Amino acid sequence: MAGAFRLPAAGRLDAGRTLRFTFDGVSHTGLAGDTLASALLANGVHLVGRSFKYHRPRGILAAGAEEPNALVGIHRDAARRTPNVRATVQELYDGLNAVSQNRWPSLSFDVGALNDLAAPFFSAGFYYKTFMWPRAAWERLYEPVIRRAAGLGVAPDQPDPDNYSNRFAHCDVLVVGAGPAGLAAALAAAEAGARVILADEQPQPGGSLRFESGAVIDGKPGWEWAQETVARLAAKDNVRILTRTTGFGYYAHNMVALAERLTDHLAAPDAQAPRERLWQVRAGRVVLATGAIERHMVFPGNDRPGIMLAAAGRTYLNHYGVAVGRRVAVYTACDSAYAAALDLKKQGIAVPVLVDARQAPQGGLVEQAREAGIEVLAGHAVTGTRGRLRLSAIEVVPVAGGPQRRVEADALLTSAGWTPAVHLFSQSRGKLAYDAGTGRFLPGTHAQNAVCVGACNGTTDLGMVVEEALHAGAEAAGQTGAQARGATARPEARSPEGWSAGIAGPAPGAEAGKGGKAFVDFQNDVTAKDIAQAVREGMRSIEHVKRFTTTGMATDQGKTSNLHALAIAARMLDKPVPEVGLTTFRPPYTPVTFGALVGHGRGALFEPTRRTPIHAWAEAHGAVFEDVGQWKRAWYFPKDGEDMHAAVARECRTVRQAAGIFDASTLGKIEVVGPDAARFMELMYTNPWARLEVGRCRYGIMLREDGFIYDDGVVGRLAEDRFHVTTTTGGAPRVLHHMEDYLQTEFPHLKVWLTSTTEQWAVIAVQGPRARDIVAPLVEGVDLSDAAMPHMSVRTCRVCGVPARLFRISFTGERGFEINVPADHGLAVWEAVWAQGERHGAVAYGTETMHVLRAEKGFIIVGQDTDGTVTPDDAGLAWAIGKKKTDFVGIRGLRRTDLVAPGRRQLIGLKTLDPSIVLEEGAQIVADPNQKVPMKMLGFVTSAYWSENCGHSIALALVEDGRARMGERLYVPMPDGTIEVEVTSTVFFDEKGERVHG
Amino acid sequence: MVEAARRTSPLEGRAFRGHGIVLAPAAPASRLSLRAAEEALPALSKALGLSLPRRPKTSAAEGGRAALWLGPDEWLVIDEQGADLPALAAGVSALHSAVDISHRNTAILVSGKRAEEVLAAGCPQDLCEARFPVGAASRTVFGKAEIVLWRTGKTVFRVECWRSFSDYVFSLLEKAARETM
Repeated sequence: MAGAFRLPAAGRLDAGRTLRFTFDGVSHTGLAGDTLASALLANGVHLVGRSFKYHRPRGILAAGAEEPNALVGIHRDAARRTPNVRATVQELYDGLNAVSQNRWPSLSFDVGALNDLAAPFFSAGFYYKTFMWPRAAWERLYEPVIRRAAGLGVAPDQPDPDNYSNRFAHCDVLVVGAGPAGLAAALAAAEAGARVILADEQPQPGGSLRFESGAVIDGKPGWEWAQETVARLAAKDNVRILTRTTGFGYYAHNMVALAERLTDHLAAPDAQAPRERLWQVRAGRVVLATGAIERHMVFPGNDRPGIMLAAAGRTYLNHYGVAVGRRVAVYTACDSAYAAALDLKKQGIAVPVLVDARQAPQGGLVEQAREAGIEVLAGHAVTGTRGRLRLSAIEVVPVAGGPQRRVEADALLTSAGWTPAVHLFSQSRGKLAYDAGTGRFLPGTHAQNAVCVGACNGTTDLGMVVEEALHAGAEAAGQTGAQARGATARPEARSPEGWSAGIAGPAPGAEAGKGGKAFVDFQNDVTAKDIAQAVREGMRSIEHVKRFTTTGMATDQGKTSNLHALAIAARMLDKPVPEVGLTTFRPPYTPVTFGALVGHGRGALFEPTRRTPIHAWAEAHGAVFEDVGQWKRAWYFPKDGEDMHAAVARECRTVRQAAGIFDASTLGKIEVVGPDAARFMELMYTNPWARLEVGRCRYGIMLREDGFIYDDGVVGRLAEDRFHVTTTTGGAPRVLHHMEDYLQTEFPHLKVWLTSTTEQWAVIAVQGPRARDIVAPLVEGVDLSDAAMPHMSVRTCRVCGVPARLFRISFTGERGFEINVPADHGLAVWEAVWAQGERHGAVAYGTETMHVLRAEKGFIIVGQDTDGTVTPDDAGLAWAIGKKKTDFVGIRGLRRTDLVAPGRRQLIGLKTLDPSIVLEEGAQIVADPNQKVPMKMLGFVTSAYWSENCGHSIALALVEDGRARMGERLYVPMPDGTIEVEVTSTVFFDEKGERVHG
Repeated sequence: MVEAARRTSPLEGRAFRGHGIVLAPAAPASRLSLRAAEEALPALSKALGLSLPRRPKTSAAEGGRAALWLGPDEWLVIDEQGADLPALAAGVSALHSAVDISHRNTAILVSGKRAEEVLAAGCPQDLCEARFPVGAASRTVFGKAEIVLWRTGKTVFRVECWRSFSDYVFSLLEKAARETM
């Protein structure tokens, strides 16, 4: 027998399939199909945790996702330690290892429980009152201490080793919830031919039929009908059934997010199998069959282990075959708890008393209870409970007053009624309507194409539930255009129970009891008194009451408590419930792991890693790579024993002495084609383009509307109607969007099209005095002489036998070529160029050397030497603005008074007086290092390097009126001393610019 | 005379075969990004030897050549025999833009009875046959990469993407393909 409280004649589990598990190190036995909660109860374990604030002993309240108390840690291994798992949801597997939380040193003796005695200090709003002063203490003292003491489980401290998955899905009809309503709706929709997805959070569909022993559908016990219906649905190819799957978020355009738990119930999951899968479902129509959640009774001492919801007690009995006690009392304000008492009685469990808050309960179940010999105390209240770590007795008094009676009981089932689970409906932006007759918020006006059926719609008679759901399913299928394949036969359904009555707020006669705290929100330890106090202290809206008391703000989001809190506030304010308002339901319905949300997007799949066609060569030749946006770029190529400094110095020297070869494939490329291509270029760039000859190139600057530099690059004219535009590596996507944006919105009259060719071409830059000698043997049909192909020209030709675009351009100040070949040929052409280069003493160089060489020449890098507030003139590039042009993007921005006023920061060069000191990029520059702090900043360093070719450090900087300061001494104050610098031209090497022409 | 440089595909050596799913790099093909206004379509269709489709999410195929509708004035033309597509378009005087993107894109063939499901790991579109029938084509996303998806058979899709994204796209497809549902 798996547990002393397991009943041989009850439940649906197979007594032969036992599983071992431990809770806080103690070994127990359960059965396949158990939850951790049912297995613990079968072993007589009710105490499972300590409460959040007062550290009070807590037991299992519910049998499903609404559980506020029974939160445990599930530890599989060092990395897999999941905190705050609801024991009522965690399925048992062999070897499961669970630990309790928020207790020290142990669950049965917890020092933190002193908080309970100090409770007067912890009343509603205590955070806001007690810890106000001194201000500094909040961060250093109060918050850390409170966080440590008031807590949930401990987050794992290792990376999550599990896999998570994602799927997008589409269907005509999505049914959330597979109780009687959801099953009937799915069946009708499926039989009408619709594409149906049916999702349910439980491992087995059936919903309330799990415990409703009296339900009969189609002449069969309800549970049996449910399993047969699932089998019928599963056999259809137009139905996808997702069990262990919670619909947790309802978003715009009928997008519903589902979290499917795939391995948490397995003893030895396949390490490769995803643990959870996020389903993002786009549904034609959504059928919400999310059921209802039972409310507990609010009375003094209502949180003792052993006190639980009536339907939970019944679920443990009827489904799991577990008695929640030997003597189980019942306290209720509605009929459905009577069914629980009757089921217990039938299994031979003593039911010493059934306390009903109502004065004169009537109806079939009440009669049956009396006939079964259960003592029904109508018009009574439970005013206190006894027992330290487990209930031992309850105190009962007549509501109208009278003598108190003590009743021995080791468990108490309570039911204050059922709250329709309108969470998803509310998330869909549907408006709730308050039904004063039954005291429930029900779906009112729909905001999306959805329908609510069953208990979540306030329908409580099983026959009506099934009828309503069948109709909704068929209608949903019809509405989404499914071809009807015949109507679903309507099964007769009946159940002796109804879920409509009940109370909210404290039970009558139990409010003023001295028997202890009457809890509304178990997980956040909020009592009825706290809610009342919040109102007395001036909170009027339920949103304020919620934040002041923290009611409904725990991980269970107040599933069992919200209506109680609302009713208390309404009573205190003497207002009808809807006027106090209902707090907003937000996703997720139940907690969702970050893993499920992240899905595949971690590790190598977090973000695409882009590599050039030449990457493999660079890797094989020892390149160190740097990340540039999504790209991996070769940073430098160290030889044996070289550090970065030595490698870069060698590369820089060799390029200027012989030649260097550089992979420039990541440069953005845009082909601008059409009869108006030149006109478009005139508008997008500051430069003139109309008269640029075919076969020539120009350095172009692109501005934003505000006149600041947005991008730059060399543009070659391939034909009258075709330009080859290059952009910065990082700017490629946004520059194309910027151009496309203007083309579509401002210049739609222009006949021109833009196509990204960034990845069409592999680009091999060959730079240095020997560049032409290296390139020449590989190029066919082009005269490479300086006269025939001068600096800033482009030719369409063949290189290494493949079609190529050969540019004579330079970002180093040396004679340079850039060979563009179709990307698949890039590696082979690179190897051919390299073979030639080696004969001429060339090096392969990376981005660092590229940066140094261009800085030696004063060439800017947009985004490094500009920061979005730099005009062409600031950057010393006024020459690139077509003086005769009357229009281009940014032309009006450039005329703004502040952009033409004196005192703007201008790009200049800096030389340190000590040539060996390399400035720090971003360092601030001042005129007088001895002035008082805060100093007047003149500007800052944008680029700084050691220049092997110059023999001293070099820097570029943006400095106020910089160009008027040539030769001036300025200062760069640093933490370890002030560095003296001299303002220079931005060109440090080959000032006349002769080398570029050969 | 230099020997023509060899080709290296970005997905060389990659392949995956699993239960109900096969992932394979497509053979090199020539591709054209074609942009044109309505007036030029008859002439361009004639030059290309197929009727350029005019409805969203459609394609036209003829022999080993296909044109995929990407936008009101935009097509992706693919020729599996490697025909010189720019040369074909160059003969058309009607206003258009033809840009060779043969090497910009690469393609992955996703086939097998789980093809739809594996693509659904990263593509938010409805790929069931009723909504995305054989011949359907669409520029869409797969995870964090832009792709052009083309259904060439009941259980065969061609995924076109930019070459540097192909490692990511292939890896994500493989990750999804390894999962059992």
